[in-house]
Amino acid sequence: MSVVRLEYRNVTMRFADSNDAGALTAVRGVSFSVHDAEVVSLIGPTGCGKSTLLNIGSGLTPPSEGSAFVDGERVAGPNAQVAFMLQKDLLLPWRTVAENVTFGVEIQGLPLKECKRRAAALLANFKLAEFSGHYPHQLSGGMRQRVALARTLAVDPHVLLLDEPFSAVDAQTRMVLQRDLAQTLKQANKTALLITHDLAEAVTLSDRVLVMSRRPGTIIDEIRIEMPQRDNPIARRRDAKFNDYVAHLMDRLDIAHVALEREGEGAAW
Amino acid sequence: MVNDTRAALVRRGAIASIFLLVAFLAAWQWGPGLLGVPSFIVPPLSSVATEFVRAWQVYHLPLHTGVTAAEVLAGFMLGSLLGAMVGYLLGMSPTAELALSPYILALQIAPKVAFAPLFILWMGFTVYPKILVAILIVFFPVMVNVLTAVRNVDPDLINLARAFKASRAQIFWRIEFPSSMPPMFAGLRIGSTLAVVGVVVGELVGGNLGLGYLLTFGEGQANTPLVFVSIVMLTLVGGIAYLIVILIERRVLHYLPARGVGRNI
Ligand SMILES: Nc1ncnc2c1ncn2[C@@H]1O[C@H](COP(=O)(O)OP(=O)(O)O)[C@@H](O)[C@H]1O
Ligand SMILES: [Mg+2]
Repeated sequence: MSVVRLEYRNVTMRFADSNDAGALTAVRGVSFSVHDAEVVSLIGPTGCGKSTLLNIGSGLTPPSEGSAFVDGERVAGPNAQVAFMLQKDLLLPWRTVAENVTFGVEIQGLPLKECKRRAAALLANFKLAEFSGHYPHQLSGGMRQRVALARTLAVDPHVLLLDEPFSAVDAQTRMVLQRDLAQTLKQANKTALLITHDLAEAVTLSDRVLVMSRRPGTIIDEIRIEMPQRDNPIARRRDAKFNDYVAHLMDRLDIAHVALEREGEGAAW
Repeated sequence: MVNDTRAALVRRGAIASIFLLVAFLAAWQWGPGLLGVPSFIVPPLSSVATEFVRAWQVYHLPLHTGVTAAEVLAGFMLGSLLGAMVGYLLGMSPTAELALSPYILALQIAPKVAFAPLFILWMGFTVYPKILVAILIVFFPVMVNVLTAVRNVDPDLINLARAFKASRAQIFWRIEFPSSMPPMFAGLRIGSTLAVVGVVVGELVGGNLGLGYLLTFGEGQANTPLVFVSIVMLTLVGGIAYLIVILIERRVLHYLPARGVGRNI
């Protein structure tokens, strides 16, 4: 098999509990790896530690036990091989679209000319060239999320960590964005870990889906998506196997039997 | 079309505003006479205007106005600079904020203008005590707004910068500093009007220069029109200071969506 780009080896994460002195174990003993140019989705109930895993992978928070590895090197802090994108676009309102795209490369110290060249190329690719001088508040939610994706890609990371990137946009925009993401990942041969709560998104965009249990989160299942056309989520939705995969994931998440619970973990009652 | 309605709205507002001004000036001129208010209580507009010309020629009104304006400018600039700096420092160091917050709160509660006599005792009848009162009074709104702004920066934004391996300085200059601009300008607006208050109180307490001095001088002579002239000039100084802040704010915050009617002036 091809080279491993991202690996979690026996990762456990504990947080100090807010109400008592005890510790809250968010994830326990998580191990998995993502290979070069592979897209893996991570699904699981809210609060099972998905975002926590993403923070560990991007080097923002060190795990309590175990380690994450990127390109075979232990993650000891933020590193240039990884870039993340969240549900919030996190665009800076005082920067134009083009300047927002160059935010990461600027920080990494690339020459200004190269920064601008990359921004222009990415914006053209995402059909946003005419908006490069606009400010974020002048764009729609879907466009803003696309700018955020362009900013993530501008640093040319080996690994993309995507945390529910499209969950804040409307259903139609989401499908368009999913298609753009799928095409981009395929064309650029990027490795990605996609966190999502949208089972259809997981099935249409990935090569593999990992299912997590409720907290403390562990990997309870791994499903290989044997469908062609990973760069065409719309076609995959029409594939005969699509519904079976979604149904299987629903079973694994036990969605039919989960009662609605209070959000806000660790409440006193 | 939308712009049209807005333009029409602004035009109507402006016309109404001018009409109100004319009505106010007319009421000032003839109102006191009609209501039988003696002119040493409320002098009519014309006698204030006459007094204005006299003050300009005899009482060195331009000099007093200039001194007050300079004190306001100095106090405002130093006060906001200091307020912003302390705001950023405390915003970036929760420990420092915790340690200093009771003292800052005490100082904030203390009426700043009450320090005027003290400062005059320290520094004599110079411009410095006036500037110092202005600094003190401008400091707080700017400091508090900057501090809250730095505190309220979205942690995910900071994490984004960190993930790109930003240094502490880069996080400050590229995220925290620009994020703090809108609240800082809100503080500066307040500060620009408070600076005038600080300076005037300083001038009222001691010295023989500035519009505050002219105010007490007019009072001592029972020259009500001169008191009015001084008040008008003080309002003018404050208004110009406020306007300058607004103009700079529009430049700096040009990226913000245009606000609604009247743009909150
Ligand atoms: N910084 C933190 N401090 C304390 N608890 C945290 C922190 N971050 C996450 N948690 C807790 O860890 C659990 C997992 O959180 P998270 O990774 O955000 O879940 P998910 O993304 O799967 O919804 C939650 O119960 C959450 O409250
Ligand atoms: Mg999450």
